[in-house]
Amino acid sequence: MSVSFGGQPDAVALRDSLAAGEGSVKAVVEECLARIAEHNDRLGAFTRVEDERAHVRAAELDAKRDAGEPLGPLFGVPVAIKANLCWKGAVADCSSKLLANYRPPYDATVVRRLIDADAVIVGSTNMDEFAMGSSTENSAHGEAHNPWDETRTPGGSSGGSAVAVAAGMVPVALGSDTGGSVRQPAALCGLLGLKPTYGRVSRYGLIAFGSSLDAVSPFARTVRDVARTLEVISGACDRDSTCLPLPPYEAVQPADPSRLAGFRIGVPKQCFPPELDAGVRKCVEAALKELERIGCELVPIELPHAELAIPTYYVVATAEASSNLARYDGVSFGQRAGAHGTLQEMFAATREAGFGEEVKRRVLLGTYVLSAGYQDEWYGRAQRARTKILGDYQQAFEDVDLVVGPTSPCTAFRLGEKTADPIAMYQTDLLTVPASLAGLPAISVPCGTSEGLPVGLQLVAPAREDARVLRAAQAFELATDHHRALPPMLQGAGA
Amino acid sequence: MSATIERDGDIWVSSKTGTRWQVVCGLEVHAQLRTRTKLFCGCETSFGNPPNSRTCPVCTGQPGSLPVLNEDALALGVRAALAIGADVAPWSKFDRKNYFYCDIPKNYQISQFDRPYCTGGGIDLPSGKRIRLHRIHLEEDAGKAIHDRGTTTLVDLNRAGTPLIESVTEADVTTPEDAFEYLTALKEILIYAGASNANMEKGELRCDVNVSVHPAGEGWRTKVEVKNLNSFRNVAAALEHEVLRQIVDYESGDESRFPVQETRLWDADKLVTRSMRSKEAADDYRYFTEPDLPPLTVSESFLEQQRNMLPELPAARRSRYVRELGLSQYDAEVLTGDRAVADFFEAAARISGRPKEAANWISNEVLRALGDADFAATTIDELPLKPNDLAELIALIAEGTIHSAAGRKVMRAMLETGDAAKSVVERLGLEQVEDTGRLEEWCRAALDGKDAIIADVKDGKEKALGALIGPVMQASGGKANPQMVREILRRLILES
Repeated sequence: MSVSFGGQPDAVALRDSLAAGEGSVKAVVEECLARIAEHNDRLGAFTRVEDERAHVRAAELDAKRDAGEPLGPLFGVPVAIKANLCWKGAVADCSSKLLANYRPPYDATVVRRLIDADAVIVGSTNMDEFAMGSSTENSAHGEAHNPWDETRTPGGSSGGSAVAVAAGMVPVALGSDTGGSVRQPAALCGLLGLKPTYGRVSRYGLIAFGSSLDAVSPFARTVRDVARTLEVISGACDRDSTCLPLPPYEAVQPADPSRLAGFRIGVPKQCFPPELDAGVRKCVEAALKELERIGCELVPIELPHAELAIPTYYVVATAEASSNLARYDGVSFGQRAGAHGTLQEMFAATREAGFGEEVKRRVLLGTYVLSAGYQDEWYGRAQRARTKILGDYQQAFEDVDLVVGPTSPCTAFRLGEKTADPIAMYQTDLLTVPASLAGLPAISVPCGTSEGLPVGLQLVAPAREDARVLRAAQAFELATDHHRALPPMLQGAGA
Repeated sequence: MSATIERDGDIWVSSKTGTRWQVVCGLEVHAQLRTRTKLFCGCETSFGNPPNSRTCPVCTGQPGSLPVLNEDALALGVRAALAIGADVAPWSKFDRKNYFYCDIPKNYQISQFDRPYCTGGGIDLPSGKRIRLHRIHLEEDAGKAIHDRGTTTLVDLNRAGTPLIESVTEADVTTPEDAFEYLTALKEILIYAGASNANMEKGELRCDVNVSVHPAGEGWRTKVEVKNLNSFRNVAAALEHEVLRQIVDYESGDESRFPVQETRLWDADKLVTRSMRSKEAADDYRYFTEPDLPPLTVSESFLEQQRNMLPELPAARRSRYVRELGLSQYDAEVLTGDRAVADFFEAAARISGRPKEAANWISNEVLRALGDADFAATTIDELPLKPNDLAELIALIAEGTIHSAAGRKVMRAMLETGDAAKSVVERLGLEQVEDTGRLEEWCRAALDGKDAIIADVKDGKEKALGALIGPVMQASGGKANPQMVREILRRLILES
């Protein structure tokens, strides 16, 4: 293993060694900031590095340890957050020109919980504008680059957070997953990315894209880091009425592969469409064999309405987005333009100048599908299709414990390859969107590489069974070495 | 133009054409719920505070903030619904109403569209007519845009997120009097139910009018909405004006003058409505279910709990006062006009056991004090006089300790000082004088030189005595027992 933080391979080990009195938070933070300084200009992972705040925080935490106070579950762990999470005083611009320099006056619940867990937030990360995109190319700050091949995308929209972990800048990062925005970049960057059950993690302070789909989601290199992070950020929140009244997630003990014995793994035919990349297919089929080897039973299943997922998603998410993004009008939020015209002229000029092309496209689409006369034909139908997609899963889970398939139909594609063709870009969400529409917990797990690029395996469980996906992911992790694979920039670096 | 149109009950008759016009009108009333905090955040609801001083990330629509329903608002909304006999839905939902304006920070309002929490119900007017309610829904208020600062518009978000209920009547209102009576009754009910303070001057009650006219027997015609109505009187006046305008415009025969679907503003100075915007260019609000809030559920037990918290409503109180306590209809109305006054009355009546006296004292003396600058009180609760004080005064008069004429003095002192009746009576020395020696002295003085009256009484004209009792009472400072005075005067005259 040649990626380390304070000499430790992951966040949990780092926390424990710091808590045991080894090293210092100061040294760990300096190590991370040095790596960010070295690689960030090239990779475009962070859009803001809050080094001063990180130093102050490190000193506070070291003092806390010296004072013998109890130490939190992420004590001293450097964490990156996506630029759509509110951190009081820091910029949360959603990589949009329109929200440039927006500093929220409050902390997101997940940010508050990270801080309460003694984590060190080091900065905010690059993303597709307002989380709309699958490649982190729709960013006012320029694109992010995949550490495995810097001419390629890390995926998106949480590409910056994925790159930050994949390049060894931080052990853990938060992103947001609306239709695959964490799982897909995790797959393309060789990481774990967990989208929890909708409502397990508070959305308070997550700048909304598609409210009924948005899920704050962690990236990490080990399942136990994912579990630890989920433990910290999950749980009931009285500021989010859609947050489930559940206690914080409790990580299960490390699972040995044999604990999956007898697990019935549903393999949907629809997850292996003709357009699936051959290399991806090969890795995923090998991973399925591996699951079989450790005692799982593979069961061919059907998700008959899967083909409705992409159109359904792009109606539901854009409808909600058109309303969620209405507030960026130059009155309170947004760089005001056209201030000398009428109010409506100012709104229009501000939005015209501030929003990027993809955001405009989706706001227009969402406005259209909600319009009088079209609402039932589009939004109404999409809601009914969504119910059917959930029904497919519910039926499948009567027979199987997990639904498994590839996370992304392809490996990391070249920057610029799909930017001219929005439909081709939307198709990259094909395999992640169904679980989003159904609100189910889903994780992407590294399962090998194809032509030197990582491939992800997606595990989906019934609602609230986040523990089940983590346990299965952990068994798979213990049985394989895929999660140890590192991008070339970290190989033999001896860091 | 009104000279050619006359009212025949609910029908408006044109003397020009002889056409009998039927009015179709519904009222939309926004009432602010009387909660301590806003509908979806913990900011206090306020009036008259410094601009933007009662705001937080939620009511300023900060990116990432989320609404959380204030259960108190739901409770008050439910109580209002129960008070007008409406049905509360066990399941309803919130929707987003999308439109761009500078005083609405999210550029959508959280409201209820196709599944309001309340439907049906109605209010019986004093005229005997019933106005049915179509629906009531919960929604958040917008902020305030201030446009009178040159080219700059200022926005105050203190009001943004304040809980409102919007009630919509069926088109049962056919006259300005209906509108006035309905609003008066609705306001009274909202206040009684504790759901709203319904103070129009503070914007806690706002009313829009939808009105159209058609020749009786024909189909309904184009509806016009009238806004900017800041008093019940203006609502009635605007309705009258709008009905006449529409009739005249139809009768002009000039199609370009026919009413169109639009929003008009009432100009209270010029007493006319004027066009604000045509509905052709109206917004498409693109309503859809608010994804940030779960469905609104109201359980049977919650409903029962709210039902139990409802006081007896004014109409029911009035009829009970007349039926069981023997008050006049007029007194019953005076006492029930304000819930606090009615509560005061009931307490005083119960303690004293003399409801009629309690009613008289309250309507003649106590309520008068509220309008009197000397007492600096605008509500009955602010007076130092409490129901048990009034009951004590009533008892002192009933026992004969003081005369009712002296009682007025005592009342005034009680209202000023808040002292108990007994101590005021003692301090002012107002106990009735029943000492025959002193009474005779005053009576003899009063008889002095009144030979004519004495002669009348001797002739059997008992009534003439009355002219003598007044001066005796005056001489005694109101303390003489008038019954005894009468007897002594009669005896002295007959003996003379």
